[in-house]
Amino acid sequence: MLSFDILLAGVINGLAAGAIYVLVAVGLTLIYGVLHIINFAHGSLLMLAMYGVYFLFRSAKLDPYMALPIVMAGSFVFGYLLYRLVIGRFSHGKDENILLITLGLSIIIDNAALFLFTGDTQTIDVPYAGEIVAIGAAFLPVAKLIAFVAALALCAALGLFMQRSDLGRAIRAVAKERQGARLVGIDVENVFAVSYGIGIACLGAAACLLMPSFYVSPSSGHAFVLIAFTTVVLGGMGSFLGALVGGFVIGITESLGGLLLGEQLGQIGISLIFILILLVRPTGLFGGGR
Amino acid sequence: MSTEKRRLHASRRGFVAGGTALAGVLGMPAIGAAQARAIKIGLLHPVTGFVAYNGAQSRLGAQLAIDEINAAGGIKSMAGAKLEAVLGDTQAKVEIGVAEVEKMNEAGVAAIVGCFQSAIVLATTQSAAKYGIPYVVDVGASDLITSRGLTNVFRLKPGFGKCVDAAVLALDGINGGAGKVAKSAVIVHESSEFGTGTAKLLSERLPKINIDVKEVIKHDNPTRNFDNVALRIRSLQPDIVVMSNYQNEYVLLARTLHQQKVNLAGLFSVLGGGFNFKFVKDLPDVAEYMMDHNHWFAPTNPRAQAMKKQVEASGTTLFTFEIYLSYNAVKLIADALERAGSADKEKLTAALASSTWSGHFMPYGPTKFVNGQNEGGEGATLQALKGEIEVVYPAQFASAKPVFPKPKFG
Repeated sequence: MLSFDILLAGVINGLAAGAIYVLVAVGLTLIYGVLHIINFAHGSLLMLAMYGVYFLFRSAKLDPYMALPIVMAGSFVFGYLLYRLVIGRFSHGKDENILLITLGLSIIIDNAALFLFTGDTQTIDVPYAGEIVAIGAAFLPVAKLIAFVAALALCAALGLFMQRSDLGRAIRAVAKERQGARLVGIDVENVFAVSYGIGIACLGAAACLLMPSFYVSPSSGHAFVLIAFTTVVLGGMGSFLGALVGGFVIGITESLGGLLLGEQLGQIGISLIFILILLVRPTGLFGGGR
Repeated sequence: MSTEKRRLHASRRGFVAGGTALAGVLGMPAIGAAQARAIKIGLLHPVTGFVAYNGAQSRLGAQLAIDEINAAGGIKSMAGAKLEAVLGDTQAKVEIGVAEVEKMNEAGVAAIVGCFQSAIVLATTQSAAKYGIPYVVDVGASDLITSRGLTNVFRLKPGFGKCVDAAVLALDGINGGAGKVAKSAVIVHESSEFGTGTAKLLSERLPKINIDVKEVIKHDNPTRNFDNVALRIRSLQPDIVVMSNYQNEYVLLARTLHQQKVNLAGLFSVLGGGFNFKFVKDLPDVAEYMMDHNHWFAPTNPRAQAMKKQVEASGTTLFTFEIYLSYNAVKLIADALERAGSADKEKLTAALASSTWSGHFMPYGPTKFVNGQNEGGEGATLQALKGEIEVVYPAQFASAKPVFPKPKFG
């Protein structure tokens, strides 16, 4: 039996990992909530943002945290334009078309990355990489502590933006009733593009917070996106609070599962919780039951 | 020609420039004669998927050999027949690898070189056996590969059984030299045939050198987070950690153990997928003092050094083990073709089986295949020291003395 200290350390590790899952899942759930589609290009776009952080570090010596506003802004613009020029234009207003387009984009981006960047594992070596904070038995790297705090702050900022700003209200209106929103004069297509852009900007933030302790290769985004899909379904599709709680639940479950059942079998905990939620509450923890 | 193929050509252009010019001159008299039919060689590697880097490196090494052979006049006993690559991508998936073998058979390949992952090598060699296609395994460590009685399968490099034995011998020697400071170990391995097989052997061998295996930790590919593994290792307090993983997880695990300041006498790996020049250059603090038993070229061989310089001069890649193992695998086939004087599969298989080829630049001696396994294959024990990779064992080939135990974290 594991000691309380080790279990506590496992929970802390789980919370740190969960913070990144939250950021990735928040973008996914926002896109689902507004556009009503699963963005299959999410993992590929995360990978692209990670390469952005990597190249900014290598070429301009820009620290990943200093690069955060640039990468978020760049990701927003990229996502906005991607929706305006590709997804919105070729979907002809059909949700199923959007689904297929994002799947196609994922394949194109993955292979383009493989062609341009090769399949090599790329890392960055920041001066604070070896610094740690001892919390009980847990030795939490500073980079992961920063990721945890920054992810929570970004989620809070996004929540405030959605609640208080006109654009946030417009996004919520479109998410709830797009026809009604159009009737009251909201530019629905623009809201779609902005929402997609914000979703991708969240990936930009996740990329900046990941790179000091992770690596990037053309397949690295997919390691996170499957867990983000699970998080979104667990928390309730389209729910911010659901993504937040779901991300931490998944992080802690994964961490404790790994400690108690072993690194490989421990992953079963995520699937069990997922199945349990689908059985007991199919709309997810905070889902509206659309 | 695909864009990918064009890119590979571009990166190796400089490498073969001299050879091509020479071949241009030597090849002039043959222009008037009938062109010999090209011999197709299947190059099967995972150039997409989670081990895409390794697959691309293997493909590059094999292509370099083909270009070099063609530039030097092709297979002379077959009227200068050129080698032609038939490219296949396993995508790191067994079923795709098997489908690619079917395609290569349709394309009429004389032999196949492949294919990095043991699990996929096992399936694809079986597939190739149906058609009697000679299959030279460039990278693929499982001992099962050459123990199933398939007469079409050949492997120049040693399997993981021999590598584990040599690694354990090296570890015992290094540990003995340091006053037997390592008495316990934790093994961390990836979950496919390569990692599982290696870990099983290590679990059996380490107690024989008085190193108690406290725990064997298995992980999937990909793994997002090794924090818990680090936590578990810290709670077990082993003297050493022995790893066996592919590149991404190798780098992430090493980095996590370093970031979490897990104090160990040494971090050792057997056929460590990520222990290469790039890892040592990109993460020097993480890599410093890490040891790996792996394939290594003969450091004093001038051809190996020349190839290393030319590959690195391209500025696009590094001289990793995949490059020189695949390069030598193709050269082995070329030697067999020369002696067989034919691309007939049976004759080529017989020529490979009787091979005594010494034209490689591995520290092996002439080839001698027993059940398809080259008996002379040897690895070397390496250590990252001051941003370089040094051979530290066996002592007669060593370029530096091992640093063991490594300094502890503050």
